[in-house]
Amino acid sequence: MPSLLSIGHRLSHPERQLRVLADTGSPAFDEVLRRHGLPALETGPIEILQVNVGKLCNQTCAHCHVDAGPDRKEIMTRETAEQVIELLRRHPIPTLDITGGAPELNPNFRWMVREAFRLGRHVIDRCNLTVLLIKAQRDLAEFLAAHKVEVIASLPSFRKNGTDAQRGDGVFDKSIEALRMLNALGYGDGNGNGLRLGLVHNPVGAFLPGNQASLERDYKRELDRRFGVGFDNLYTITNMPISRFLDFLERSGNLERYMDVLVQSFNPGAAGSVMCRSYLSVGWDGVLYDCDFNQMLDLPVGFGAPQTLSELLESGDLHRRVRTDRHCFGCTAGAGSSCAGAVAD
Amino acid sequence: METYYCPHDLERFSEMGKNCPELWEKFMSYYNAVFADGALTEREKSLIALAVATAVQCPYCIDAYTKASLEKGADLDQMTEAVHVANAIRGGSSLVHGVQMRTVAEKLGM
Repeated sequence: MPSLLSIGHRLSHPERQLRVLADTGSPAFDEVLRRHGLPALETGPIEILQVNVGKLCNQTCAHCHVDAGPDRKEIMTRETAEQVIELLRRHPIPTLDITGGAPELNPNFRWMVREAFRLGRHVIDRCNLTVLLIKAQRDLAEFLAAHKVEVIASLPSFRKNGTDAQRGDGVFDKSIEALRMLNALGYGDGNGNGLRLGLVHNPVGAFLPGNQASLERDYKRELDRRFGVGFDNLYTITNMPISRFLDFLERSGNLERYMDVLVQSFNPGAAGSVMCRSYLSVGWDGVLYDCDFNQMLDLPVGFGAPQTLSELLESGDLHRRVRTDRHCFGCTAGAGSSCAGAVAD
Repeated sequence: METYYCPHDLERFSEMGKNCPELWEKFMSYYNAVFADGALTEREKSLIALAVATAVQCPYCIDAYTKASLEKGADLDQMTEAVHVANAIRGGSSLVHGVQMRTVAEKLGM
């Protein structure tokens, strides 16, 4: 499957996506915050520096908010990667969360992991699992283990049909093989060896994810029973109505209903805990965003905050007000959603 | 076209609490407790509910528990198997009542 960008799809343009969401008649996000007596979102202490090192990926998933794939060439350079590490050197942000695309395909990925590890930071690799089986990446799993990298991997279902429907034919079987490889290195065995393995569940369709704790029990029991695979945590993440998932919503006639569900399920408790309040997101070109979703919608940080790594290294000011739009309802619906899963009961 | 079943009635379900709020609250409290994670997961309970919904032929429940089953991580294979379980029990129930037929026929026949 080609990316939306490569086929010149109108939804490859962020401003068209925002227009489509506005045309659903959904209210503005900040207006709903006000209606609930909640203040505009501002950051607290930054706990996670999430760095998107590029859009190149060996998969083309049907729901991908990045529109990533083998035909995407945007990739973070060594110079920008060095600025990321410099930012970590100057600020005590505890976690570096590396995402993509398939972040491991960036030639500077391992350098960045090594440097962050040397600085004593916790490193997360948002891994699609199948990358671990690529011939040139056969030593990747050992590298991740050696640097105590937490692996957070997508697996929308513990069954083949759901996973392959979202992530591509044959992905499930390869994912199980990769999970076994990680388990063999001590990942996900719960023995406190520091090798954490998380799985991400995204709904395979136009509905919200179920209860995270309940799904985790299901996944743990079924993956162990069917495949002898173990992991530590399951994170449920709501599909954002942007990019390829937005295209799916439009094509399937689900867009208005899905937006209605997101808006009607607005949870003020989740709104207080959204990830943008403790994250800083960095694009492949060093531009700064409130989250990876804003990044894909070309909505850089606003309200006078430093716009690039270079500006931030100069100013040193991490505090900012968050830019929102209608897609933000995806993070506040039901139990809420973030890159670390549900955020509320 | 007017029908006895209206899809929007499901959204009005809570109106059933208007005249007997205490009973409604007791029902809802019980209902929510039944579907909470327990010895069975929420996904498994949704699949049971879906199967029962087809057995009692409630269109509201089929709608609600199809969505709930999907949300809780079930897929179409699992949901279809659940409906077959309901179907097997309904069919088996008819067949086993045939034994009553046989008992009566054997008593009356020569």
